[in-house]
Amino acid sequence: MGGYYDTEDLADFQNIAEFANEQGEAFFRYYQAALGEGALTEREKSLIALAVAAVEKCPYCIDAYTTKCLSLGISNDEMMEAIHTGAAMAAGVILAHSTQMRKIVKKKEM
Amino acid sequence: MDGREQLGLLRGTGRCAPFSETLAGADKGPIRAEKIDILQLNLGTRCNLACGHCHVQAGPRGDKAMSREVLARCLDLACDGEVSVVDITGGAPELNPHLEWFLGEAGALGKRLIVRSNLVILLEEGYERFIEIYAKNRVEVVSSLPDWRAARADRQRGAGSFDRIIRAIRLLNERGYGRESSGLVLDLVHNPAGAYLPGPQKALEREYRKRLLDDHGVVFNGLYSITNLPIGRFLEYLVRSDNLVDYMADLCGAFNPAAVDRVMCRTTLSVGWDGSLYDCDFNQALGLPVRRGMPGNVADFDPGRLREREIVIDNHCYGCVAGSGSSCQGATVS
Repeated sequence: MGGYYDTEDLADFQNIAEFANEQGEAFFRYYQAALGEGALTEREKSLIALAVAAVEKCPYCIDAYTTKCLSLGISNDEMMEAIHTGAAMAAGVILAHSTQMRKIVKKKEM
Repeated sequence: MDGREQLGLLRGTGRCAPFSETLAGADKGPIRAEKIDILQLNLGTRCNLACGHCHVQAGPRGDKAMSREVLARCLDLACDGEVSVVDITGGAPELNPHLEWFLGEAGALGKRLIVRSNLVILLEEGYERFIEIYAKNRVEVVSSLPDWRAARADRQRGAGSFDRIIRAIRLLNERGYGRESSGLVLDLVHNPAGAYLPGPQKALEREYRKRLLDDHGVVFNGLYSITNLPIGRFLEYLVRSDNLVDYMADLCGAFNPAAVDRVMCRTTLSVGWDGSLYDCDFNQALGLPVRRGMPGNVADFDPGRLREREIVIDNHCYGCVAGSGSSCQGATVS
């Protein structure tokens, strides 16, 4: 056993149905349906996936979707813009939660 | 690196089974030729560019050039009823002094004629005339354009090459190339500008078409999406950038048995500058001639024996059967 995150483990993603085959296969069907071309293009979905990967801090997904974006001819600027979108959303989510803090402060302060 | 060293590297990357084993495991081996539909001629290693993905490692110092005698013999082979396409590559084919004569002769045969040009050469003094020569002989022009953005394309083909290619496309468009009604075909080739596989050909073609028209006002007929094979200068880049193991893993991981049925070597015969025969231009670059016992040179060409030959394979062949497959005509599996 090495570290928790190993680059080569990305290739293990195809084996995640192990030990729970039915659920795993169901996940893969859903994953393909969700990520495949639909009303949104594969290009648009790949940028969304990259942004989510960065927000969720998943090194495997960041690796996979950066490579996918390169394959689709997506520019570095577009990829960075997608990640900024994710970053701004994450920051907005955190700041929106300041509402709770401000409400409590206003309730409890004399 | 010579071919032997390159193959040694590809066999030792660890995470990939030998290509022959993968083929056998998929019940797809050995690969056999079916016919000789495409005669692909490599006119030599001289080129005005030195692109980062070039599998034949061509450049200004390239000193191999197909002679008129070998070209004349190739004309005889092209007369074979089975051959429908004569596909000319290099190096820069225009730098071979016999190209103009050859095209004049081959143009009269009624075959599909393809020249793989880097287009930059068409702006150089003395070579502009090839636009007219191509048009006169109904030559289909194919050119590599790794990206629709200058920065990415220039990283692979050299600083300033993108702008010069666009200028050359404009000249070709003015002559009718790339325009639907003219019958003069200009196809572009997308090679990834780095250690990753190409995306879907149709989507890339849509993007190229829109961007090149919107940004530069130029048009083309079709886009071929070609996987960079891990040989030649691209292999050197993979080693230098520490990408070889991952790239080979990507190729093996994307192995597509359906693409094996469509590999170009089943219908292609590749001729080297000295008349030697190969299963494809990649094998030629690696110094892997047709299987021992087969006629090895245009001088002893025997279509009956060659059309059913067993193809010589090694680990670089993963490049032609990954994902949607790859060939000199682009993706092979829709």
